[in-house]
Amino acid sequence: MNFKDLDWKPLALVPLLALLVLPFIGSGATWLTLTVAGLAMGMIIFIIASGLTLVFGLMDVLNFGHGVFIALGAFVATSVLGSMGDYTGSESLLKNLLAVLPAMVVAMLVAGALGLAFERFIVRPVYGNHLKQILITMGGMIIGEELIKVIWGPLQIPLPLPQAMRGSIFVGDANIEKYRIMAVIVGLVVFAVLWLVLTRTKIGLLIRAGVQDREMVESLGYRIKVLFIGVFVVGSALAGLGGVMWGLYQQNVIPQMGAQVNVLIFIVLIIGGLGSTTGALIGALLVGLMANYTGFLVPKAALFSNIALMMAILLWRPQGVYALGK
Amino acid sequence: MLQRILSNDQPRSRVLAVLLLAVFVALALTPFIVPGVKALNVAAKILVFIVLVASFDLLLGYTGIVSFAHTMFFGIGAYGVAIASTRMGPGWSSILTGLVVALALSFVLALLVGLFSLRVRAIFFSMITLAVAAAFQTLASQLSDLTGGEDGLTFKMPEILSPSWQLFEEPVLGVAIDGRFVAYYLLFVAALVLFLAMLRIVNSPFGRVLQAIRENEFRAEAIGYRVVYFRTMSSILSALFATLAGAMLAIWLRYNGPDTSLSFEIMLDVLLIVVIGGMGTIYGAAIGSGIFVVAQSYLQDLLKHGSDAASGLPWLAALLSPDRWLLWLGLLFVLSVYYFPTGIVGRLRAARSAA
Repeated sequence: MNFKDLDWKPLALVPLLALLVLPFIGSGATWLTLTVAGLAMGMIIFIIASGLTLVFGLMDVLNFGHGVFIALGAFVATSVLGSMGDYTGSESLLKNLLAVLPAMVVAMLVAGALGLAFERFIVRPVYGNHLKQILITMGGMIIGEELIKVIWGPLQIPLPLPQAMRGSIFVGDANIEKYRIMAVIVGLVVFAVLWLVLTRTKIGLLIRAGVQDREMVESLGYRIKVLFIGVFVVGSALAGLGGVMWGLYQQNVIPQMGAQVNVLIFIVLIIGGLGSTTGALIGALLVGLMANYTGFLVPKAALFSNIALMMAILLWRPQGVYALGK
Repeated sequence: MLQRILSNDQPRSRVLAVLLLAVFVALALTPFIVPGVKALNVAAKILVFIVLVASFDLLLGYTGIVSFAHTMFFGIGAYGVAIASTRMGPGWSSILTGLVVALALSFVLALLVGLFSLRVRAIFFSMITLAVAAAFQTLASQLSDLTGGEDGLTFKMPEILSPSWQLFEEPVLGVAIDGRFVAYYLLFVAALVLFLAMLRIVNSPFGRVLQAIRENEFRAEAIGYRVVYFRTMSSILSALFATLAGAMLAIWLRYNGPDTSLSFEIMLDVLLIVVIGGMGTIYGAAIGSGIFVVAQSYLQDLLKHGSDAASGLPWLAALLSPDRWLLWLGLLFVLSVYYFPTGIVGRLRAARSAA
């Protein structure tokens, strides 16, 4: 990418928002705590949203059932972590990671497998029809949520953090929870991998070309359909990973969490511009920061602040900050 | 005469005509044929849903707009009556005041959401309405001074609508002419009038333009219709009818809370009924609501039997548990989008024209 062509204005939004609220919060230490918390929450939301934005950008499928992969990932994590009590209870960070990493991998595999089935049975019959897509994926989410209740029960299940990831460290007076640092790291890794794959590999080239002009790529002899299904599976797996992160962040999981997180993801995608990975990152960070700042300043307005943010952004750029040209 | 009442939109299928007549007669005579509180409650719920679903169909089926904020307007209507009756005491004037304020609020909100959505792509609109509806539900449970929070509001109706009121000492034709009886027929007349009014709207020239926009927005614009204007009008009308349905619900239940009128499950029910009944046919709302509400009210009993019968197989028993009825509805929903995209009414009409 040529740096001259870079549209820097949306990128500036995140630090701008952070600096704008500084005088309202007053204390620098509190501000730092809130900012890190907001960035961590944003990174988790980004992991979830990145899958959906890929799916929409590529396949033009708006999956209202994306939330069910999040819930599934989180519930799988409760089972995996629950069976590894020796590792999660240990004080050693290495042992904790040896429990969390398999939980993530299993959650991604299960969510990805469900994604494959979802694409085949729910989404495939309705390609090209947005109205039916919205309706049928909504139906898919109801079924998924109810099946989760059948398997894990309808109640809230605790998902405690492994021992060594609890607590926080102090930077000056600012109190920074360890898990939030980890969330930022995982989020950055996901973004970096996505960015590298999309811009530096042949598959990424084909994906981006497919977004621009599907027929052209097909006539060059590539089986774009297989590629698309792969993207759907990867998107679902990312949602599963995000579900694990979100469940550990909340420290408990409920079957309805998918629907709850769905609202947040949609706000993020609308802000970022549907189909744009960078846009999703900016949207997620803005939403995360906003939620934490307003949660501190005016707790009652937390959910509205996100909607107000979305409205403001849409008044500025009706297609989201990074609109795809289609 | 009948033609004029039905706005020249005949059922156009003998089976459909019989079904519609059956729903009409059943609802008209419920207090006389099926005694008991549960049956009357189910019938009243059907009446409310007919109005609510038909109003949603105005938006989804006729204009092709997917909105998830429809229960917001439903809730505004219910809360309007509830709050006014709580604050001003029971009486017709408080119902009327609540209704007028609720309609005004719905009008303004629908206009805002409508105008705003014009700036964004159609698919954004669905997502935005989802977020707005979630925010509104939170607002309703947080403003506990006004709305009673999660507990909701219990209130009284005017004398003539309350259960203690009796017209005659003795029952007439085996039915006590009491406040419930009057309230039921108030709902019945309201539902009938509103239903026919919506039928009138969709069969007017205005309704035809909406259908044109649904089929091909670009062409409708090219012919010279201002799509923006018609879309916004459709959103507003649909919101106002939903508000009235909400008021009907509050009058019947004499209670309202977030789960009663604002929950996302009601939105799903409405979606399901529209799809099952047939999108783009106001009649579908009547047939769909009848079937759905009866099924929903008695499906749980049926599942209970199934679950007990399968108690030897824990997995099957869990799937058939009455708490999991939403699973079966979801499955039904997916299958109907898949195999019956035109719904019951569309199927019946197609069967006739093929013959």
